[in-house]
Amino acid sequence: MNGLHSKALTDSISARGLVKAFGTTRVLDGIDLTVPTGSLLALLGPNGSGKTTTVRILTTLLRPDAGSASVGGFDVSRQGAAVRRTIGLTAQQATVDDLLTGRENLELFAGLYHLGRRRARQRAQELLDRFDLAGAAGRRVATYSGGMRRRLDLAASMVSEPRILFLDEPTTGLDPRSRAELWAVIRDLLASGTTILLTTQYLEEADQLADRVVVINGGRVVADDSPAALKRQVGAERLVLHLARGEDLPRAEAVLGLPPAPRPGPGGLTLGLQDPDHLRRTLDLLHHDGIPVERVELRTPTLDDVFFTLTAATAATPLPRSGGTG
Amino acid sequence: MSTALTAGGDLYRLVGRNLRRETRILDGLIVNTALPVIIMVLFVYVFGGAITTGSSGLAYIDFVVPAVLLMSGGYGAALTAVNIAEDMTGGMIDRFRTLPIAAWAVPAGHVLASVIRNVMACGFALLAAIVLGFRPDASLTDWAWVLVVLVGYVLALSSVAVLWGLLVRSAQAAGAFSFVVLFLPYLSDGVVPAETMPGALREFAYHQPVTPIVATLRSLLLDQPLGTSGWVAAAWLGGTVVLSVPLAAHLFRRRTSS
Repeated sequence: MNGLHSKALTDSISARGLVKAFGTTRVLDGIDLTVPTGSLLALLGPNGSGKTTTVRILTTLLRPDAGSASVGGFDVSRQGAAVRRTIGLTAQQATVDDLLTGRENLELFAGLYHLGRRRARQRAQELLDRFDLAGAAGRRVATYSGGMRRRLDLAASMVSEPRILFLDEPTTGLDPRSRAELWAVIRDLLASGTTILLTTQYLEEADQLADRVVVINGGRVVADDSPAALKRQVGAERLVLHLARGEDLPRAEAVLGLPPAPRPGPGGLTLGLQDPDHLRRTLDLLHHDGIPVERVELRTPTLDDVFFTLTAATAATPLPRSGGTG
Repeated sequence: MSTALTAGGDLYRLVGRNLRRETRILDGLIVNTALPVIIMVLFVYVFGGAITTGSSGLAYIDFVVPAVLLMSGGYGAALTAVNIAEDMTGGMIDRFRTLPIAAWAVPAGHVLASVIRNVMACGFALLAAIVLGFRPDASLTDWAWVLVVLVGYVLALSSVAVLWGLLVRSAQAAGAFSFVVLFLPYLSDGVVPAETMPGALREFAYHQPVTPIVATLRSLLLDQPLGTSGWVAAAWLGGTVVLSVPLAAHLFRRRTSS
């Protein structure tokens, strides 16, 4: 078996050098990624980093300016119809009809997949049961909670039993319980053999679900690794030190051997904890040099921390921001 | 053959979806049922007494019914612009695009649903007119032609509305089209005789599409002489449909690719 053939069989999604510009803004600047069949890849990045654009290209909704991609063995530019038959997409905006009931939505989409009336009804019922929506099946979607709407959206994406699923920020804006419920659904899909590419702004989500994480920023891949390796790089927990005197900051950086990088907050120093003893060592070092620490806080790493770490290494990339839209 | 059948099925489902939506929006229900009746009552009772019908010699109710029929169907048809703009700006269009359906089925579904709804609205207006004393003098063939004219009018307006809805890219701006459509009958020979209007307005009234369409309906419903109005109306409606349908299909394809 030649290499190319076996590659096509083992990778459900593969993209090479994707470039897309809107006007003069280069949204994607050469994205490479592969998703092995049956695995989940998390595309992690802040707003405006190109996550949605990547998904739209891979789902044939947008044409790349350069580069190529194949999904399910079909070329997204030349075999769009075949790609669309293979995939399901849950876009960032809800893609269900608010004025119809949950059941009516699923029956409509099943009908438009040409399942036949009886089969369409069966399929809608199966999905309502599977996604825990049977109780709300007869209610208009407008009355659904955010979590229910996302589940219905996901159910709608599963009408055709796709082998490959794209989820664009599936849990953004959900409360913790709805998020956990949706994670359980995603794990189920993964266990049943579905290949999934999901985008997220949350490191924790990537850590919970993904086999592999691709971090993008400014339209470029800045990291492509397993969640464990990424977290090792960032540090499991973040130690935030608030110094008593702001002017000690450069000295503290030197003592601790930190690269001079943008830091959150005035007088604050953030570093990843490598091991349980790291906190004591750090405080000892500062104490030894006569740098008083006013307050110490510990928190779990956020996407910002990933970027502080990754961009501190490459230094040139501007500081990303989370929050807002896009 | 089978692809034509499949596309027909898709269209049927999309029309069903659009009609179902319409029954669940209070606005939609009012526009399609109460509004035609209200307009009819308004013109016959409120304005009717004060308006002369000029040289036509018709009772005002007979004079105004054709224009009210067009208003009844036209307003709802114009709102098709809002319906398609909502699909395009919301997430629905992404869902439709990932489905294995023909691209034209989505705009066509909106146009067809609009024709069904708004010709029904014309029916409500006509019933109200008959209750209020409108006594048409039309043969079965005449009625069939009345239906053709009303379907043509609603179809033409709905196609232009879809075109407009695709052009403006926002539901609010799409709503502006209904104003144009609502006012066009006032500036025709349909509500007051155009011969009573000042010069420039009169010329506009004589040369805009609503006047020959009203004249055609009058001729069919009231056994009035038709003259060339039938041909002029057919040219307006046919021309509009022939131009706007392919343009809308082209615009929809452009909006949904790239």
